[in-house]
Amino acid sequence: MTTQADSEAPVIPHPALWAVLYRSSTPFWEAVGRHELTLQRCSDCKTWRMPPRPMCPRCQSAESEWVPVSGRGTIHSWVTYPESPHPAFEAPYAVILVELDEGPRLVSNPVGIAPDELEIGMPVEVVFEDVSDDFALYKFQRAG
Amino acid sequence: MPLEYIPGIPILRPYVDPDNQPFWDAVDRHEFVLQRCSDCDVYFQPPRPMCPHCLSMDSLEWVPSSGRGEVYSFVVFAADRMAYPGMKIPYVVVLVEMEEGVRLTANIVDAEPDEVYIGMPVEVTYNSPMEGLTLYQFKKRAS
Amino acid sequence: MQMLEEYRTKSYRQHLRPPVEENLIRDKTAIVGIGQTEYSRDSGRDELDLACEAIKKAVADAGLKMSDIDGLEALTLDRVSMPTLIGSLGIENLRFTSEVSFGGGGACALVMHAAAAVASGAADYVVCYRALNEASGHRYGRGDGYAEYLKAAPTLHYGYYFPYGFLTPLSWAAMYTKRWMHEYGIKLEDTGWYSVVLREYAQNNPEAIFYGKPLTIEEFHESPMISAPLRLFDCCVDTDGAAAVVVTTADRAKDMPHTPVYIAAAAQSSPIETEIQTSYNRPVVAGLPETWYVGQELYRQSGLGPADIDVAQLYDPFSYGAMIQLEELGFCGPGECVDFCQGGDRIRVDGELPLNTSGGLLSEAYIHGVNLITEAVRQLRGTAHNQVTDAETAIVTAGPGLPTSGLILRK
Repeated sequence: MTTQADSEAPVIPHPALWAVLYRSSTPFWEAVGRHELTLQRCSDCKTWRMPPRPMCPRCQSAESEWVPVSGRGTIHSWVTYPESPHPAFEAPYAVILVELDEGPRLVSNPVGIAPDELEIGMPVEVVFEDVSDDFALYKFQRAG
Repeated sequence: MPLEYIPGIPILRPYVDPDNQPFWDAVDRHEFVLQRCSDCDVYFQPPRPMCPHCLSMDSLEWVPSSGRGEVYSFVVFAADRMAYPGMKIPYVVVLVEMEEGVRLTANIVDAEPDEVYIGMPVEVTYNSPMEGLTLYQFKKRAS
Repeated sequence: MQMLEEYRTKSYRQHLRPPVEENLIRDKTAIVGIGQTEYSRDSGRDELDLACEAIKKAVADAGLKMSDIDGLEALTLDRVSMPTLIGSLGIENLRFTSEVSFGGGGACALVMHAAAAVASGAADYVVCYRALNEASGHRYGRGDGYAEYLKAAPTLHYGYYFPYGFLTPLSWAAMYTKRWMHEYGIKLEDTGWYSVVLREYAQNNPEAIFYGKPLTIEEFHESPMISAPLRLFDCCVDTDGAAAVVVTTADRAKDMPHTPVYIAAAAQSSPIETEIQTSYNRPVVAGLPETWYVGQELYRQSGLGPADIDVAQLYDPFSYGAMIQLEELGFCGPGECVDFCQGGDRIRVDGELPLNTSGGLLSEAYIHGVNLITEAVRQLRGTAHNQVTDAETAIVTAGPGLPTSGLILRK
């Protein structure tokens, strides 16, 4: 007797698919697809919302606007993966937490910075990498 | 109309875990066994790691069943939207009370839906809807 | 927002909240039974089997019959189907069931919810349990395993992490740990004593996975870096096993076989902008605010403070996860926990704050923190393998860096 488990190979979705699960995230990723970095901000109290959400956690307003940001910031923290946890990513690689000049923090990958050169406080700026015709990822390189 | 499958649509497999593995292994060999607590002499279904009556975890045994029982209740699957697409409608799912007292569900393989009634004598049989899958089923039995 | 300001400025130790007057849980509820299976790397059994054994032992330990149990409390993460479990236990009619979210962050909330149930009369005797085959089976601690688990409940913020290969709980924790080390100037070469002392505890605990396998500080520093700054021996030990406790009212507990272990305080916290270990858009990344909120509430309810605690069982998915909690709970100042653990004497059994005395999740077993609750009960009963002399109060916490929970227990 075979089991359900061994009769079906596990299906591992590409991690990029997680990006578009929520409706409130759609404008963000559409803009990234056009190589623009825009963040959601509350129309009433002007609080940034990251990740995008249907309601402002500060004033509970349902109104929001999409605001282009500079794409500049500093590395707030970072981690490296000596071994890959997923076949879509080739180890070693690094993940950085970037604090944008506007305040919100984004998780991303460094571009053109070796893992042993990464430093907390390093100034970085956004670059875009196309994944498909209409889907891109935002990444960060050293600020010029 | 006997039970018929629609080729090309896989039948959902049973989930086999350590508790029910001996049951499905026996079905593979066309044997029908039930789980019993040897301390309380009570049968139970589904299989489990602990006797729910005396909480013993080491008195559980697998006992050959007579394979005989009676239809305790049944459902006729007659509408497309309610039926499994891999099986020809109408088909019947019977809930059978075995002579040992436990109840199991399966299909009845050799009866028209309007032949089936509560109290109908049935016995275990086996079929293989697709390669590598053996299921226990029920068929008519003379009372 | 006043508490948030206190947290940001770390001025909180001067602002302990006024105690509560009336609380139906405090000293009116108790843990009266504990049970566990063997802890192993490969149980060869399914989780239902493990859950049955741990629950049966906890009920027997309480001197009860299974038919006395009328409440059951599980984590939503548990893979044991509750109806199947109820069938296996043979309980005629459960009057109360509930499930707690947030993985390991819910461990102490199991007891809190059970206590609320018995205090209100919704149930008389509630079993809390956790069963998992984390070592041999489904490993949500791994990237694909976690993604698999999340398919059932996709979470908004992962869309911003997974595309960048930011996938495992350990690396999420490494992110805030690195920031914390940066802000407080922690040097990697000063760390490791936490792991060494926990391994010492495990040498006296035959149930521990690392029983018979001591660890020196040199071996710690030679162990491979898994996700800097976290080394292999900073991490918890994947385990197969189950643990359970029985909760009832203090009135009933008086006539039961063991010394009752009273619940002096029980709290949960899900603070602002919280995520599961990835709360990077809250004001402070370098800390564990949820543990701070839980600590504030535990001290407020119990009327006790850090100086009154005899033994601590702090959830340690990795070493810093427990050590930073020492700061958030007021056992040392911000950024001081590595100093606090230096040389290990303060956290050994005769030290200032004996910590994770069974070996914790690093060296005893990873039963999602329910094994920390059972160890706290043993300490207060006086039956622990590493017994703290005259232990009268214990603090227990649940998973850090995500919505969490905590308990103060007393004799």
